[in-house]
Amino acid sequence: MHLLQTFLEPFHYDFMIKAVLVSALVGMVCAVLSCFITLKGWSLMGDAISHAVVPGVAVSYILGIPFAIGAFIFGFGATVAIGFIKSRTRIKEDAVIGVVFTMFFALGLVIISKTPSTVDITHILFGNVLGMLPSDIIQTVIVCVITLIGIFLLRKDLLLFCFDPNHARAIGLNTNFLYYALLSLLALTIVASQITVGIILVIAMLITPGSFAYLLTDRFDRMMLLAILCGVFSCVAGTYISYQIDGSTGGTIVVTQALLFLLAFIFAPKRGLVATRMLRRIPKTTENVGAL
Amino acid sequence: MRNELTLPSIQVKDLMVAYDGNIAIHDIDFQLHPGTISALIGPNGGGKSTLFKAIMGFIIPTQGDVQIEAMPVRRAQKKNLIAYVPQSDEIDWNFPVNVEEVAMMGRYGYMNFLRKPSAEDRQVIDESLERVQMTAFRHRQIGALSGGQRKRAFLARALAQGGRIMLLDEPFTGVDATTEQAIISLLLDLRQQGSTILVSTHDLSSIPHFCDRVIMINRMLYAHGHTEEVFTQDNITLTFGGILMGLEFNQSQVLFSGVS
Repeated sequence: MHLLQTFLEPFHYDFMIKAVLVSALVGMVCAVLSCFITLKGWSLMGDAISHAVVPGVAVSYILGIPFAIGAFIFGFGATVAIGFIKSRTRIKEDAVIGVVFTMFFALGLVIISKTPSTVDITHILFGNVLGMLPSDIIQTVIVCVITLIGIFLLRKDLLLFCFDPNHARAIGLNTNFLYYALLSLLALTIVASQITVGIILVIAMLITPGSFAYLLTDRFDRMMLLAILCGVFSCVAGTYISYQIDGSTGGTIVVTQALLFLLAFIFAPKRGLVATRMLRRIPKTTENVGAL
Repeated sequence: MRNELTLPSIQVKDLMVAYDGNIAIHDIDFQLHPGTISALIGPNGGGKSTLFKAIMGFIIPTQGDVQIEAMPVRRAQKKNLIAYVPQSDEIDWNFPVNVEEVAMMGRYGYMNFLRKPSAEDRQVIDESLERVQMTAFRHRQIGALSGGQRKRAFLARALAQGGRIMLLDEPFTGVDATTEQAIISLLLDLRQQGSTILVSTHDLSSIPHFCDRVIMINRMLYAHGHTEEVFTQDNITLTFGGILMGLEFNQSQVLFSGVS
């Protein structure tokens, strides 16, 4: 009985319940999008957007508008800038991404350092889920819901766009629209995650659940389900554990995710280290040969 | 030889494509008509892929234009007229999709906004998979297929799309002889039904067996016409002989695969 009381103790606090619920929601949104991002190979783009939202958050606080609006404008603006510079120069995409996102991030640092305001840079960088204001929660929930609806409506087209953009064009789909739609959804997700894990670690939430699931299945539907389980579980468990150990919430969430990934990496039924080791010992059957 | 008086399915007019100021192809002019199979041949780097991309509207011509059934490419695509079978190395074979899902992607243009397949879509998929003998593998992830099966999966997608015009980029690369024969007889069937087919290929030896026309390009159009008239040793040497230095290696490779 005593043990159960210790276990449930955090949930006596209103802020803790809110924190767990909000991080579960954010974990789900990130996990859903991570399936597309890992398959499309846009991890670096996610990292870029997450850094580029910093000046947006700062400007929002200065102007007194919701942080989500400024963050989205700057995050999405960075991707437009990247696309524009890439199409006008011969510089490779990763270099363009590097130049643009560090520029945005640095601009954010300068703005924050020169503004006597309540903006706490560590909250932007590392999240502040246990100290969320009601307005933060409302913004996060709104952005999450918009993102989920967007992904649900476009999921088939986005999957085709990730898999074979040429075919998408050939059957008359607007691939430019899909490109910017996926970028917008990515920017929205990052905006939503900023409060929970902060912009430094959001990229983990956008890559790890998808990668974890990709190790376990060959079916996209299952991949998404597994990614969601991974994302929600690690957000809930991470938030809870961080309270118990009095440690960084974002950090605990990401460590939990990484541990799940490691487990899958070692023990995944078909692609894990153990399984591939075992497979190597078995002589090739005719079916294996046929698959090569 | 037939149908020459009908509206051309593909009309390439005075086409030039340049990348960063370097001209990839220029002065390309030809027309393809319904019920024909045309081969597109030329050395590596000779602009075959560029021409394909221009016909598919993936790149915008620097000069000239491409019309599909007297329409701009984009409008023809919205009407699902053009099916495209990509080269194998354009596809991520680890992608978590199976054969049936790939074929279903051919039907997206017919579906509503949410891409929910109708009974008709499912029936077309069944028929397309059956036609390329892939029904037994319909639930298999595409990476777990052999080279020939992979090609068939994408042919099923093109069939499911039902376009009157089909472009195939190197369909015989990495496939066994049985599959090559199966692909050829499928193309002959489609020609019978009035399709316009353009095949880019390195396999010169099979061309006389199934292609009505041959288009030879190496940066510019070297020859175009009925197979029996233009597919001659002289034209092949001219096209592959190359006006550019550095093509020797490609040339030997091409002729080798043509012989094998």
